[in-house]
Amino acid sequence: MKQSFFEIKENTPLTASVYKMVLAGDTSAITAPGQFVNVKLDGLFLRRPISVCDAGEGELTLLYKVVGRGTEQMSQMTSGKLDVLTGLGNGYDLSLAGDHPVFIGGGVGVPPMYMPVKMLCARGKEVSVILGFNTKDEVFYEEEFRALGAHVTVTTVDGSYGTKGFVTDALKDVDYTYFYTCGPEPMLKAVYRASQTSGQFSFEERMGCGFGACMGCSCKTVTGNKRICKEGPVLTKEDIIWEK
Amino acid sequence: MGEVNTKVTLCGIELDNPVIPASGTFGYGYEFAELYDINCLGTFSFKGTTKDARFGNPTPRIAECTAGMINAVGLQNPGVDKVISEELPKLAQCFHKPVMANVSGFSVEDYAYTCERLDKEPQVGWLEVNVSCPNVHGGGMSFGTSPEAAAEVTAAVKKVTTKPVIIKLSPNVTDVVSIAKACEAAGADGISLINTLLGMRIDLRTKKPVIANTMGGFSGAAIFPVALRMVYQVAHAVKIPVVGMGGVSTAEDVIEMMLAGATAVEVGAANLIDPFASKKIIEDLPRVMKKYGIGSLKEIIGIV
Repeated sequence: MKQSFFEIKENTPLTASVYKMVLAGDTSAITAPGQFVNVKLDGLFLRRPISVCDAGEGELTLLYKVVGRGTEQMSQMTSGKLDVLTGLGNGYDLSLAGDHPVFIGGGVGVPPMYMPVKMLCARGKEVSVILGFNTKDEVFYEEEFRALGAHVTVTTVDGSYGTKGFVTDALKDVDYTYFYTCGPEPMLKAVYRASQTSGQFSFEERMGCGFGACMGCSCKTVTGNKRICKEGPVLTKEDIIWEK
Repeated sequence: MGEVNTKVTLCGIELDNPVIPASGTFGYGYEFAELYDINCLGTFSFKGTTKDARFGNPTPRIAECTAGMINAVGLQNPGVDKVISEELPKLAQCFHKPVMANVSGFSVEDYAYTCERLDKEPQVGWLEVNVSCPNVHGGGMSFGTSPEAAAEVTAAVKKVTTKPVIIKLSPNVTDVVSIAKACEAAGADGISLINTLLGMRIDLRTKKPVIANTMGGFSGAAIFPVALRMVYQVAHAVKIPVVGMGGVSTAEDVIEMMLAGATAVEVGAANLIDPFASKKIIEDLPRVMKKYGIGSLKEIIGIV
């Protein structure tokens, strides 16, 4: 974990409510895809945890959905510096991917799929990606995933774009060795039931600190209590206990 | 003005400085030791420990507030056996000062049992007995809301321990002074206050409480004036040392708490938004002392 300041380079809307923010700064603490950062915003007490979409040498890309005061405030920033804690959470373990893994992202769960897909495509893996949205207007990053060389399927619940239905409807037609997923909890549960292999799930929870100190985001797992911010946000399929 | 002196003595143990990360905001210490050398701290109060392991409350346990936050963690901890067998050995690798052991319970016997166990650990310098947790039903706070019950816990713990016992009090009472005095009369070696203020938030979209447990403990900069007032009231009513806490975020806040009567000062929620907060406060203390003409912190305790 590292605390440092990042300069806002870009902050543009991709859809009516999803924004892309590109930041310049020290990304050396980001050690795995699927980690998150915790952003301090003026006038708000708690930091806001945001998943990492992509991180390279000195550059960090965050895609976030405006849902409350924090993300609303972020969406209005055009320049300046942000106090960011980087390198939070465990991230995805790509060593288990096999030859042709599938990545399943739903809505605001799409962004953390980008960096691991980019890494595995670069290693020559045949990667399938399923991106699920409610409707055509919400679709983002389809072309970016295609540009990485992944096989991309987009689903919309109302059928206004791509395959009509849920991500699990598209999953039936994919042959995969392993899966990685992130999205709303009902979607994660559906993927859990429908999946034919082992896989990794990324969870979200309201956090106090984001680095394991406050025990605000704890959950029960097969292998004991875990903090979503520290031993998570990624849990393996075998470890999950669905409570709610 | 030359070098300043930040040393204070808390219940017979000298601290290099009065800054103590508060229980529940610093885990068992070793995770912060990955970020900085935690031996710069006066000491710290470790995560509230109970007789048996506890998962705590359902999530969400956290809510944003203006200049503060609400938590309803509910004393999640691995239980005193594992704290002694697993957490304290890990802490010993990175912290070489006496630590403050924070203890909670659900009966007088619970408190006595857990304190007796931790009292025997050489790493433990003080026992901080939490009779004030707002997040557990039928436990913690019910002992801290009446002078008789608080005194009963104090006496039971004192009977089975040798180290200084500091009773941590709740602000959610009508007369904190009478409770502090009852604890002093029952043998307490010190008083710490304040624990969190009982609070609540509602999500306008769902029209339901943000916190799964409906209510939780409000902490952060917003509560500082309330905490300072209660520290002032208690410190002027008892002869034993008082550890002040509640919304402390800066070196200036530490000095203000000491002027009100605190011998040492705990830093809580500030650690959660800035993991380096306690270290920064300690590093900033000499500058602020010089600015206000304070040569030795010991000399300003309770002068207001």
